[in-house]
Amino acid sequence: MSLSPVEGVALAEIESTGDGPGGSRVVGRSPGQLAWARLRRDRTALVSAAMLVFFLLVALVVPLIEALYGIGPREQFQSRLDGFGMPLGYAGGVTGEHWFGLEPGLGRDIFIRMVHGLRTSLFIAIAAAVITAAIGVVLGTLAGYLGGWLDAVVNWVTDLTLAMPFLIIALALTPTIALRLYGQREEVPPTFQIGVLIAIFALFGWTSTARLVRGQVIALREREFVEAARASGAGLGHMLFRQLLPNLWAPILVSFSLAVPSYITSEAALSFIGVGLTDATPSFGRMIYRSLDYLQTDPAYVFFPGVTIFALVFAFNLFGDALRDALDPKSSR
Amino acid sequence: MARFLVKRLLSATLTLFAVSVLSFLMFFALPRDPVSGMCPKNCNPERLERVRQELGLRDPLVTQYAGYMKGIVTGRDLGSAQGGRCDAPCLGWSYVTNEAVSDTIARVLPVTLSIVIPAAVLWLLLGVGLGMVSALRRGTWLDRLAIGFSLTGASLQLYFVGAVLLLVFVYHLRLLPVPSYTPLLDNPLKWASGLVLAWVSLAFLFSAIYARLSRAQMLETLSEDFVRTARAKGLTKPRVYGRHALRAAITPVVTIAGLDVGGALGGTVITETTFGIQGLGRTAVDAVRAGDLPTIMATVLIAAVFVVLANVVVDLLYAAIDPRVRLR
Amino acid sequence: MSEPLLRVSGLTKHFPVRTGFRATGLVRAVDGLDFAVRPAETLGLVGESGCGKSTTGRLLVRLLEPTAGRIEFAGRDITHAGRRELRPLRQDLQIIFQDPYASLNPRHTVGRIVAMPLRVNGIDPPGGVRRRVQELLELVGLNPEHYNRYPHEFSGGQRQRVGIARALALRPKLIVADEPVSALDVSIQAQVVNLLRDLQRDLGLAFVFIAHDLAVVRHFCQRVAVMYLGRIVEIGDRADIYERPRHPYTRALLSAIPDATRLSPGGRIRLTGDVPTPLDPPSGCRFRTRCPKARDICATEEPALVPRDGSGQSVACHFPEPDGAGDLPGHDGAGDFPEPDGRDAAGTSGAEVTA
Repeated sequence: MSLSPVEGVALAEIESTGDGPGGSRVVGRSPGQLAWARLRRDRTALVSAAMLVFFLLVALVVPLIEALYGIGPREQFQSRLDGFGMPLGYAGGVTGEHWFGLEPGLGRDIFIRMVHGLRTSLFIAIAAAVITAAIGVVLGTLAGYLGGWLDAVVNWVTDLTLAMPFLIIALALTPTIALRLYGQREEVPPTFQIGVLIAIFALFGWTSTARLVRGQVIALREREFVEAARASGAGLGHMLFRQLLPNLWAPILVSFSLAVPSYITSEAALSFIGVGLTDATPSFGRMIYRSLDYLQTDPAYVFFPGVTIFALVFAFNLFGDALRDALDPKSSR
Repeated sequence: MARFLVKRLLSATLTLFAVSVLSFLMFFALPRDPVSGMCPKNCNPERLERVRQELGLRDPLVTQYAGYMKGIVTGRDLGSAQGGRCDAPCLGWSYVTNEAVSDTIARVLPVTLSIVIPAAVLWLLLGVGLGMVSALRRGTWLDRLAIGFSLTGASLQLYFVGAVLLLVFVYHLRLLPVPSYTPLLDNPLKWASGLVLAWVSLAFLFSAIYARLSRAQMLETLSEDFVRTARAKGLTKPRVYGRHALRAAITPVVTIAGLDVGGALGGTVITETTFGIQGLGRTAVDAVRAGDLPTIMATVLIAAVFVVLANVVVDLLYAAIDPRVRLR
Repeated sequence: MSEPLLRVSGLTKHFPVRTGFRATGLVRAVDGLDFAVRPAETLGLVGESGCGKSTTGRLLVRLLEPTAGRIEFAGRDITHAGRRELRPLRQDLQIIFQDPYASLNPRHTVGRIVAMPLRVNGIDPPGGVRRRVQELLELVGLNPEHYNRYPHEFSGGQRQRVGIARALALRPKLIVADEPVSALDVSIQAQVVNLLRDLQRDLGLAFVFIAHDLAVVRHFCQRVAVMYLGRIVEIGDRADIYERPRHPYTRALLSAIPDATRLSPGGRIRLTGDVPTPLDPPSGCRFRTRCPKARDICATEEPALVPRDGSGQSVACHFPEPDGAGDLPGHDGAGDFPEPDGRDAAGTSGAEVTA
């Protein structure tokens, strides 16, 4: 190799002054800002984000909608049903007053029940996703970084939860927990049922985030910038929160955005098999479960909640995908 | 290879043991009195207590667990109230249906297998095929169609798809009979026509996930050096894609497939509920509703066995596909 | 002669190899090193890849825990010091890494990266952290205005400068540079080496400079230690090592440099065979399986690192080249010990000993 000092100096000069990226712009763009810019250019992301914002807004202003619409979720309109309990009129009783028609049998308004159901589902799903992400990130990072027995335990628990049939256990646990706390005859309050659902999702859900984060941390742990911080005497807190965590946001965000729709689905599934929420709390799964009995006689009753829950989950999935592309442009392109 | 297998089987046994302990604790320790449900209304307390003694419900939990496990391995005597002698894979006596749980399982397991196995074949073929095609034809309308299909499928609910299919094919067009289970050997045609809707709706939902996964994997593999090398040294496209790239792209698909198939075998609760077919999943739901602890316990254990077994199979397949795994 | 800043004796690092739960072997990555570095002195550590030089570097800054031996820094034993005890010493002992792409946190600005050692140690320099960081950036030849840029906006050479600025932040007395230029383009290597040399002179830094490139080491280091399979086979002043190498391995390494014309008569010394695995190093002298001069004693007795005369040059060989033997008939005489015989003898006895 050549070690001519003259050449070296000349090149050094060029390197340090000229070839700095962007020339006069001094503030650099962080990887996060770059991802944000990519996301804003993505039409799918914008459309799905708009849909999500709409759903979230609806869920936030449920009392307002109820006041404007003028009908409560428990009001029954028996007078608008025929002798067999079927709603009068077309498409399950759709009128200017009842936008999505009426439930056969009880004659409750479908639109306002769906608005309430949307709020319930979103609340459960987002709360569960936040809790699982928090537990998963903390345990995954610690397991990946520290290794040893903690890692072994986290791994083993992950394998174990994978082997436990989620639906059956959730199915069996939900009523038993309620029974233990409230006894045979007492009414179980809806808030408690919602709490149990969130707890069960958290119990089973954290392992997937933990596994993902652990893998990332193990890859990062061997990187030299982590060693550089250790060589400067950084403590565990600095390592985890200053060095590692900023590099984990991408996978955490993506897994969060994909966890929410999966919890919406699970909540609906549990309510569908009849253990999640009771009929007192409006929810998507519950509505579909009831509606299946009327599949032949009143298909509109199946249609409205089914399509809405599809749109909600679809928007989340689209957005999650777009987010993944923006954060990691290499993947899936 | 043999040592690898032994090690995998050992750890699988350990996991199953842990699952059995955990679910036993979860279900049997919770205060649900199966006896009061068993007995007709005017039971006097002494009789209830006697039945509890007889069922061993007053024994310490460890003794109960040991008895349960012994029943699975060697069989045990359950006492006259529960049909007496219970042979080797003894899963207990159902308080509700009044039969040995193993008999119930033997009855409903073929149903679930009949739903899951054809559906899995269908969803793997469809999903991986779609993923491959869209990866190789990246950016064309075919690719976009496949992406749209997979995103839609991943967002749909099985009970919704099932409901629509039922409505169209059974109630409106009357092309298919109302879904039901007929044993394959009795009448293969009836077997298939009764289950085909379940297969299709499962396959539609699951293949979406596989299409996404295999497309991403294939794209990544196609951009790797060894594929380019293979192309550069003059191998034909079909040969490179079929032999080199597919092999590398398929490994993660195998992992997920193992988990999914294992999980689905443990009870397609939603499918069976939607189509009203009495398989393992439906049995579990009914058992939960009725508080039938031995049956719940049995379904949980069987589901876990399937997941763990599927994991072992996946690991072996992995070792066969990717020799590096064997070294670890 | 001043007191050594860093003194290493018997430094050893073994990595256990596990298959399942059983430990099935030991990788003897570093096996009993002795050397010392005086203040403002540059010591080069050279050897083939896998000889344990990077492990040594990580041991010195205590990123790895030594299996045995002793590390003394500024008169204090830091062999097994904990994080808290090490803290004051961290400021005097820093490391520069090989890969400029992996050694900077991609999510931090350059300013934050360079300030990290100050923050971690709670140091508030006069004039503020920001000013100090900008001084440092200037010192390593970067535009101080680039404070807010992210690593992905810089070239490899510039990134390595950032890494150097970070190592300098605490005003260390000794820097371990672990192959600081081997990941860079050849044209950039020269700039970075020159920068390091200037910094070394201006700031009076001591260096342990790890490299496999003998030309770079010759350019940068006052003293040189040659490693083979986790041991030092020869150590001495630059002139002695490059002009009067006495260990056959050093001679082989030097003869592999294309422009080392001084070693002519024997021409290039070709080593046969591969480096043996550190899982099961040869008995006696570790180099004997590839050494043209190996004899029976080499398989049974491990040569110690013996200082010869007053030059400060030490060599671990039973049959070192005579003094000043750069171009002496030493390795012409390799014919005296026909290679097949020698290798055979060494091989069989080695097998007996290690079995």
